[in-house]
Amino acid sequence: MIRERSLLEQISAVARRSAMATYRQRALLVFPMLFPLILFAINGSSLSRATEIPGFPTSSYRAFLLAMPFVQGAMFVSISAGTSLARDIETGFLNRLALTPLRSEAMLVGQLGGAFVVACVQAVVYTLVGLATGVGFASGLGGVFVLLSLSLAIAFAFACLGGLLALRLGSGEAIQGIFPLLFVTLFLSSATLPRNIIKAEWFREVATYNPVSYFLEGLRSLVIQGWNAQALELAFGFAALLAGISLALSSTAMKSRLART
Amino acid sequence: MRRFLYVTRAVAWRSIHNTLVNPAIIVPSIIFPLFFLVAFAGGLSRIGDVPNFDYKPGYTSFQFVFVFLQSAAFGGVFTGFAVARDFESGFARRLLLGAPRRSGIIAGYAVGAFMRWLVVAVIVTVAGLIAGMNVYGHGIQLFGLFGLGLGMNFGAALWAIGIAMFFRTEQAGPLIQMPVFVALFLAPVYVPLSLLTGWVHAVSRLNPITAVMEAGRGLFAGSPVKVVLSFALLGAGAAILAAFSRRGLASAERAG
Repeated sequence: MIRERSLLEQISAVARRSAMATYRQRALLVFPMLFPLILFAINGSSLSRATEIPGFPTSSYRAFLLAMPFVQGAMFVSISAGTSLARDIETGFLNRLALTPLRSEAMLVGQLGGAFVVACVQAVVYTLVGLATGVGFASGLGGVFVLLSLSLAIAFAFACLGGLLALRLGSGEAIQGIFPLLFVTLFLSSATLPRNIIKAEWFREVATYNPVSYFLEGLRSLVIQGWNAQALELAFGFAALLAGISLALSSTAMKSRLART
Repeated sequence: MRRFLYVTRAVAWRSIHNTLVNPAIIVPSIIFPLFFLVAFAGGLSRIGDVPNFDYKPGYTSFQFVFVFLQSAAFGGVFTGFAVARDFESGFARRLLLGAPRRSGIIAGYAVGAFMRWLVVAVIVTVAGLIAGMNVYGHGIQLFGLFGLGLGMNFGAALWAIGIAMFFRTEQAGPLIQMPVFVALFLAPVYVPLSLLTGWVHAVSRLNPITAVMEAGRGLFAGSPVKVVLSFALLGAGAAILAAFSRRGLASAERAG
């Protein structure tokens, strides 16, 4: 029990530093937060006719699209988390931290603290924007809380991926270069149309094998369907899987990175 | 004039040479349009079934014209990044000292952007043909579409060069690309203007890129619309942006 508490304290100390560093550079967070909203505003209106396609699950395209900013924001969080950790590697801070009694799990998870704060702010902003633009939540108030929890779980999973990339690549510039690839996974998913009405068969196949589709569908189900246990299980499950794999690989990468120096 | 052409040729050649020596420079300009073509023409092809969507060559061709013009615009935008990089590395300052006619620097970067876009345009067109797009326009009409792309490329390059010269840092990247990105997406990207609703319809009607996009799609479908208006708008835009980039150059000159 004492050991566990100590680990939590260690994580909290590193996370506090990470959150403060993020807060001091808050101007840099405006663009990553605004960009998904700009796309939401433009696509929400430009593609509104898509609701006339037979079989489209809702009469409001904005309601359908609301999941997209959450996932896009989570992808920005991964880059932000990765860049911040890469900076600590480049400046040697991580090496100095390794000289302290701090456990490596605390170093790793704590470093994602700043990104987690950003994810919380983003999730609340996107929910409020959705409500302000007339999007109703089919799952009610409880669904809003589940939506926020799921979006945080997805953001945490992406932040873990960002951390892994930082530990493997060790350079902020390289992390930035990865972003377009993440963006591709978003567009090759069911982000703009439901999978069952995507016409191109190959695209439907890609979207089906793309886990990002399940993140979107889990979030979307709370907005347009109500309570869809399968969609939520898949979304939470893939988030846990991404976070778990990323953290496990990060732990190995952390050991080899610290051993190298 | 001779000194202007001399500087233009030298800067353009350097830009082309850099691309030949380091092909990675051109990769983002190729990948982004291809990605948009795949994502929009593939993933959104069902939009072509929306009632009153009546673009005869089909949805892939409808999206191809957007992607073609977008590749032209982003070909110009990426040149702005190169200019900013040249300022950060100190090369641009040496260039300012050495050039007998400095406005040739802007022209040189713009010519370099155009040459690079030519490569991208060919690749995007081949990709469109592989994706099964229908081409209803004849040779002259397709040449008109190419002319519209040239105008977009030139305008975007002048904008990007101007911003890069004002700020002289790669951190100005979002400021270089975001306005171009937003202006492109505030045109009828997914459906024709007549099918847009709400605020996007109102903004699209006022957006000059809408006319260019409609003209491009008309030429591609063999039924031209708003061609003269589009070229006039691109010409006016280029004149304004040329003055803007010249002011950017003056700002860089003052900064030394």
